[in-house]
Amino acid sequence: MAELRPPAPPRRHLLSIADLERGDVERLLDTARSLAASVDREMKKLPTLRGRTVVNLFYESSTRTLASFELAAKRLSADTMSLRSAGSSVDKGESLKDTALTLAAYEPDVIVVRHPSIGAPQLVSRLTDAHVVNAGDGKHQHPTQALLDLYVMRESLGRLEGLQVAVVGDVLHSRVARSLVQALSLVGAETVVVGPPTLVPRGIEALGCTVSHEIDAIALADVVYVLRMQRERMGEAFVPSLREYTALYGITPARVRDGQVVMHPGPMNRGVEIDPRVADSDAALVTDQVRAGLVVRMAVLYDVLTVAPVEARERVEVG
Amino acid sequence: MLAAWNGRNDSLTLEGRVLAPAQGIDEHLRITVTDGVISAIEPTAASALVIAPAFVDPHVHLRVPGREDEETIRSGTEAAAAGGYCAILAMPNTEPVVDSASVLGALVEQAREEAVVPTGFMAAISKGQLGDELTEMAELAATGAAAFTDDGRPVVSAGLMRRALQYSAVTELRLALHCEEPSLSRGGHAHEGTVAAELGIGPYPSTAESVMVERDLSLAGAEGRPLHLMHLSASESVAALDHALASGVRATGEVTPHHLVLTDEAVRSLDPNTKMNPPLRSGEDRETLRDALRRGPISCIATDHAPHARHEKDVPFEEAPFGVTGLETSFAALYTHLVAPGIVSLETILERMSTGPARAFDLVEPRIEVGARANLVALDLDAEWTVAEDGFRSLSANSWLLGETLRGRVVKTVADGRLVFAA
Repeated sequence: MAELRPPAPPRRHLLSIADLERGDVERLLDTARSLAASVDREMKKLPTLRGRTVVNLFYESSTRTLASFELAAKRLSADTMSLRSAGSSVDKGESLKDTALTLAAYEPDVIVVRHPSIGAPQLVSRLTDAHVVNAGDGKHQHPTQALLDLYVMRESLGRLEGLQVAVVGDVLHSRVARSLVQALSLVGAETVVVGPPTLVPRGIEALGCTVSHEIDAIALADVVYVLRMQRERMGEAFVPSLREYTALYGITPARVRDGQVVMHPGPMNRGVEIDPRVADSDAALVTDQVRAGLVVRMAVLYDVLTVAPVEARERVEVG
Repeated sequence: MLAAWNGRNDSLTLEGRVLAPAQGIDEHLRITVTDGVISAIEPTAASALVIAPAFVDPHVHLRVPGREDEETIRSGTEAAAAGGYCAILAMPNTEPVVDSASVLGALVEQAREEAVVPTGFMAAISKGQLGDELTEMAELAATGAAAFTDDGRPVVSAGLMRRALQYSAVTELRLALHCEEPSLSRGGHAHEGTVAAELGIGPYPSTAESVMVERDLSLAGAEGRPLHLMHLSASESVAALDHALASGVRATGEVTPHHLVLTDEAVRSLDPNTKMNPPLRSGEDRETLRDALRRGPISCIATDHAPHARHEKDVPFEEAPFGVTGLETSFAALYTHLVAPGIVSLETILERMSTGPARAFDLVEPRIEVGARANLVALDLDAEWTVAEDGFRSLSANSWLLGETLRGRVVKTVADGRLVFAA
């Protein structure tokens, strides 16, 4: 007779903003806020995740995301290690599947995945018993970036509901834009996506935004969110030149109205999508975003590992 | 010319509701086959099975030569037999490409040893499928080519396409075209639409197919030559085909079961088995394809059976190769998703899986009449079965139907007088 065992509790992941509900986002932001307070008040390190292991598996270069995930795990007293594709077996042609299975043999509690291909974190979540956090997959999703951006908006402007946000630039190639538009729609903010017709994908409205090709559309926004303009797109004729892009869509002091805040996920191309005078102005919240990255990623690690699956609903479980 | 292992002619009887839409037959009959030939057809009492002319698949990738780990002539034709097929046409995008009489001749020889159902081999239109120079079409035809195609790739140059249409007149064979404008499809992994926009998948617009369909139909009309359009996916392509047929162009079209059943919504799963070329398109496109199948401009259902090694599909979506298997699931998939819900009639499906493709490629039409060689399929429409990874005769298991329970099952296949499959 087959041994009767209770089913394993569903593992919780953070793969896509699409898997979250408004309550999840609010809970994560609240957790981040209380972590920020305790880190400020008491000591930098909390014992919460002592004995847990967090592995960062990064197939793409990253400064902010990798550094903040590493530091977030350490601040929560977890053991952490980071594996970059360069210098690992990936260089020798090991597949994502085999790398994931190899890491799984060490029984990590969380695997944080960044990969140039959409769906890579989902694949890792199917192959291992770890909780998987998506740190950016292809042009698909970058959920922790969206959460930290919401955190900064809420802390700076005091609310999310009804907030007007303009997301400006290369939406087509941006996982940041996709995650952010979805997250903003979830919490009741209104988003307009602004960019040249060649860089705004057809059908993006389905994520919960409107579309404009005129830079004037940013005038009503409380937040101007500037996307990185990737130089490598020039070769593919998405825009005729960076010069023309900057002339049409660059965020200059003249285009920023009093009271607006300006955000950018980094790394910035100063003088291309954002004028250095704007980047260095008080309106820019770029360093707040970096700082928020740490507490929000602490909150995400804490949340996937400790919040009971019942509270988290089955839908979070993917795969 | 189709090649198959020629071991025997079988004698057997089949009885059931005989449905041969092209011949106007729909009655309960007993069919007696003697030494491979239908020798008697008599009325019988009602019984559970449906007997129909066996299926013809004009679009199969057998992966031989070069990728025998994914499929062989033996495994691919066993899969075809299990799917109810009495004839298949194999694509030339192999390693090496089937672009010379020596490669083709070896394949035909091999098929005589291994092929369980009669198999025809298409040869390439251009040498190496590189789109620069025409293959030696006359010699290839003499060696047994069933048709010409660069499938897997488009013929990019309009000039070479025109020459191919002109020169193919030295043979009686059809050109079968994979229509894709590479400058529009480049970097594309899913239909350009809401789903690709939301997920951030590189978009592959409908126009990447339709501008090439329009170009090739225009050239075929101007040259007065026939052509066959493979795996149509977009409404715009169907409109172009309708227009060309109305102005007298001799064109045939095919559609796959997956384009008839799925839409790009399936891609949300990020399952590499929802990744095909051309990609799954919108609900409107699917409706147009179903309508064209009912009306007749699309006269062929083709599986585009494209086996891939497990490790090649066990990767993130964008890294996975295009293509899914289909030989063993096509009838059940169409019966479950189109016939049972009343979307397309059983008669239309049966005709488009058999007579339609046979006529498009001038193959022997499977017919149910005394004196004809037996090409028959027996179907149990009430049988339910679950598509499982370990249930395939194909060496590959990259099916878009894994885990799905289907209705309708092939229980017997007779191909060119031989019982090649019995459940």
